[in-house]
Amino acid sequence: MAEPDYAVPDSPGPDYSALIRPDRVHGSLYTDPRVFAGELARIWYRTWVYVGHESEVAEPGDYVRKTLGLQDVIMTRGTDGTVRLLLNRCAHRANLVCEAERGNAKSFRCPYHGWTYKNTGELIGFPFNQGYGGKGTIESELSLAAVPRVAEHQGFVFGSMAADGPSLAEHLGEAAGELDRLARLSPEGKVELTAGWLRHRTRANWKLLAENETDGYHPQFVHGSIFSVTQSPIGALYSDKSTAVTRDLGHGHSENDLRPEFRRIGAPMRWFGTTPERVPGYAARMREAYGEAAEQILVEGAPHVMVFPNLFVAEIQVFVIEPVSAGECVQHSTAVQLAGAPELNRRMISQSVGSVGPAGMLLADDTEMYERNQRGLAMLRPEWLDLRRGLHRERTDERGLKVGTATDETGMRGFWAHYLSLMAAA
Amino acid sequence: MTGDQDLREFEQFIYREARYADEHDYDAWEALWTDDALYWVPAGGDLAEPETRMSVIYDNRSRIATRLNQLRTGRRYAQTPPSSLRRVISNIEVLGRDGREVTVAANFVLAESRERGVVTWAGRVTYRLRLVDGELRLAGKQVLLVNRDQPLPTLAFLI
Repeated sequence: MAEPDYAVPDSPGPDYSALIRPDRVHGSLYTDPRVFAGELARIWYRTWVYVGHESEVAEPGDYVRKTLGLQDVIMTRGTDGTVRLLLNRCAHRANLVCEAERGNAKSFRCPYHGWTYKNTGELIGFPFNQGYGGKGTIESELSLAAVPRVAEHQGFVFGSMAADGPSLAEHLGEAAGELDRLARLSPEGKVELTAGWLRHRTRANWKLLAENETDGYHPQFVHGSIFSVTQSPIGALYSDKSTAVTRDLGHGHSENDLRPEFRRIGAPMRWFGTTPERVPGYAARMREAYGEAAEQILVEGAPHVMVFPNLFVAEIQVFVIEPVSAGECVQHSTAVQLAGAPELNRRMISQSVGSVGPAGMLLADDTEMYERNQRGLAMLRPEWLDLRRGLHRERTDERGLKVGTATDETGMRGFWAHYLSLMAAA
Repeated sequence: MTGDQDLREFEQFIYREARYADEHDYDAWEALWTDDALYWVPAGGDLAEPETRMSVIYDNRSRIATRLNQLRTGRRYAQTPPSSLRRVISNIEVLGRDGREVTVAANFVLAESRERGVVTWAGRVTYRLRLVDGELRLAGKQVLLVNRDQPLPTLAFLI
């Protein structure tokens, strides 16, 4: 059976090349329902989208409900060990076949008429089956739909609703190395996202979040309150004096590369606000695992990378952006857990609980900004959002990537260049 | 717990704590807590281990102070201006006593008004009250939101 292509019918939207300029973007991109519909067709249901992490379905039969665009997706691990993404819709009358948020099951049984599917999506039972001519009749036609392409990198599982297109490796490009850098902080080389998720309802367009993730200009202002109360050194990383850089990684991905600052300081574990002496077991295991390279890994710390369109790794946290409508989205957040690093894992949860989610001492203020932005977008003038910061001092690095200073809008410009290439595509 | 603390005193304490929170009286609210305080708002559908699972809030005494100090800066934008709040607390029950400590539970409904509109919060609160030098203090407060398994809007006030 050929893999279905889920690319949805797409009406012609506005002229995106007129709304997206190198140094500014039009406000209607955040508010127009037609643009949101176009994004579903051309981004969420076409390109690679982050869905979940393999560690969330560690054992055969494990499943967890996730979202892909507006789709309710069951991420399952079959007895064959393969991770699949199934759409949560019975092939008979479209009922939800899975009500639980997570669990372990060999099959899903629709409550409406008792149709039963294996956790691979295959239809295996339909009661009073003589009504269909008995067993072995409709099974091949009426399975649960699967997301046609599923691929992972460092356990991060992505789905693409288009049967054809660039591979995940091509899509991730330079961003793959940042996920590798995160995994390398585990002495076993493995990231786990097993601490559960906070979900934060946000009355703002999803792109405001995606752009903000590597905006190094805002932290001193939006987060000045918590930085001052905790004497946090984070603010200084995002200042005119910082040697950190903002990098356009291509394909809409971007990062705040803090390594120049951490290398300059040269203190292992500074990125986590501690010292090797205070986490001796971790430091020892890292040196055992990576030898001489451990020192550099411990100095440089974790990535701060936005993976287009919806995955954000902020050092010790992972965020996922779920679009809901032009004016609403949900932020999912959890703490990174590193295999073989129990000393770090509890601290990462504790720090993350303090920082992120609806009550987080960092993220609630970001969210306040997103929601005020969305309200501001209702004003008719000026029509544009300005993106020119640092354009005059942007350079190309040895990898051929655009780089700005710690506070420049290089990441946003990269986001929009890729967005335009997807939205204006034939 | 000495025998002369009765339900009425617990209620009065709980109502006072609610009033301080509703009125953003951070100093008075902070003074209610013991040094080993725990202020916990679990997330998700099951009551998982807070040390190994994400919570909406899981504050020890030191983090309560940080949270309040951030609010006191006036630049905690998610509470600038502060939400207008009123909560009603009912179904108060004493669930248990253990030495100087008593566990009291109640239901609550809370209306939060901000420029973006009114949000209704509801749930069950479990208080651990302790007699310290003849006065009731708050050693623990767990808030189980009815919608904790759903996406929540910003929750930057004291719940």
